Amino acid sequence: MKKLSATARVYLAIVFIVLYAPIFYLVFYSFNSGGSMNHFESFTLEHYKAVFEDSRLLVILINTVIVALLSALISTIIGTLGAIGIVTVKDSKMRNTLLSLNNVLIVSPDVIIGASFLILFTMVGIKLGFTSVLIAHVAFSVPIVVLMVLPKLLEMNKSLIDAALDLGATKKDVMMRVILPYIQPGIFAGFFLALTYSLDDFAVTFFVTGNGFSTLSVEIYSMARAGISLTVNAISGLVFFVTVIVVVGYYFITSRASKRTGGTQ
Amino acid sequence: MQTKTSKTALFPYVLWIAFFVITPIALVGYYSLLDIHGNFTLDNYKAFFTSVYLKMTLSSFWYAFLITFFTLLVSYPTAYFLTKTKYKQLWLLLIIIPSWINLLLKTYAFIGIFGLYGPINAFIEVLGFDPKQMLFTDLSFVFVSVYIFIPFMILPIFNSLDRLNPALIYAARDLGASAFTTFRRVILPLTMDGVKSGIQVVFIPALSLFMITRLIAGNRVITLGTAIEQQFLVTQNWGMGSTIAVFLILFMVIIMLITGQKKDKGGRVR
Repeated sequence: MKKLSATARVYLAIVFIVLYAPIFYLVFYSFNSGGSMNHFESFTLEHYKAVFEDSRLLVILINTVIVALLSALISTIIGTLGAIGIVTVKDSKMRNTLLSLNNVLIVSPDVIIGASFLILFTMVGIKLGFTSVLIAHVAFSVPIVVLMVLPKLLEMNKSLIDAALDLGATKKDVMMRVILPYIQPGIFAGFFLALTYSLDDFAVTFFVTGNGFSTLSVEIYSMARAGISLTVNAISGLVFFVTVIVVVGYYFITSRASKRTGGTQ
Repeated sequence: MQTKTSKTALFPYVLWIAFFVITPIALVGYYSLLDIHGNFTLDNYKAFFTSVYLKMTLSSFWYAFLITFFTLLVSYPTAYFLTKTKYKQLWLLLIIIPSWINLLLKTYAFIGIFGLYGPINAFIEVLGFDPKQMLFTDLSFVFVSVYIFIPFMILPIFNSLDRLNPALIYAARDLGASAFTTFRRVILPLTMDGVKSGIQVVFIPALSLFMITRLIAGNRVITLGTAIEQQFLVTQNWGMGSTIAVFLILFMVIIMLITGQKKDKGGRVR
């Protein structure tokens, strides 16, 4: 392949700088002893200390992580089962209907999901708070898991299952030792995406959270509306750090997995 | 024998569809017919067709159009150049990372960057102009939204460019097409699917943004999303909010039909 022209390099460099500048800007000023994001006085870790000393903020942080992990786990189970179910549906019309319904929540704007879930929870009588947020997160993560697992199932060679059955495997064996190991990368990818969806969600949570419960996004929103606070910068420093670690870890896991399965990407 | 397993596997999933896909939409439709006291009425729909709401819808579309346009303008060349880099998957990952940082944090960064004493204004001052309040303007709103959406647009375009057979490009060049003609007649039509899904993932959310409008645009820009949030959480008029939501869903369906891909018949079994 031809080498990149100078213009292309400059263009890409600018895009990268613009994409990363705001994040580094936030992280940079999280070490500022002055109270603003304009003038850097001197290096300090006091804002990080403030995050870890603020027990309310810590509770919110823990809530956010718990909701993310739980919702990702539950939606991965429902989604994986759903995907396995979908491929066994023989009627193509039925299958397409299921797939279209699956995509509704993916393309729906957050506001619509949030507003309609708010109505739903109020009508059913679920108290707004941890439960409603968790259910909402599970609900909007399920379709993405299905979309991640489905391609793996479709590319799987059906003779694998036949072979296993011929060799005397029970249905359970087929599921546990043939199908699940084969679609495992898809399941992991789905779990990861569900996790990030949940961590990143603001709008849906904002609608279905009550007074007593808050996640990080909602909390940052109310802090940001009140004006600049370097505690938020410290939070973003931590979030960026964790994100980079997760992404790097994910990259190595998937590249190792794809090497093992013979480079299917 | 497969049917029984598949039914057990499908059961929770179908339950999920019934509860969280069909019921919510039905409820929004139902609530759009209720007034603030819970009586049946068509007033919400009448209200939507008054100039206030129509103007708001138009301006919401205009902003969504601007955002999508500029996002595409930046993303297409980026995706194109990315496919030409040596470690393209790694570079793509680096482009995607910012989209994994919490949306709120990125938006918050711009409150500082565009602020009266922020770095942009400091730069403007160095150039010898007076600092201006850049927050709460249309420009800042569109800029921040484009910034947020760029990775989402790059991804589908990158994928479609990546699948493009390079032999087609060489063939076009060999047959005497200029670089521009090759792009217009070969590359662009073949990557149109990526562009369409990119537009889809940007335009629909852009119609319904409400967090960025509140934080960056003050209350200057009112999108359909802002209006829904306002009706649901501030005014507590769920009926009107649902009516706007019904129209947003309608627009969404229309956009998806326009940008939708032709599906192969009988699902995606290869």
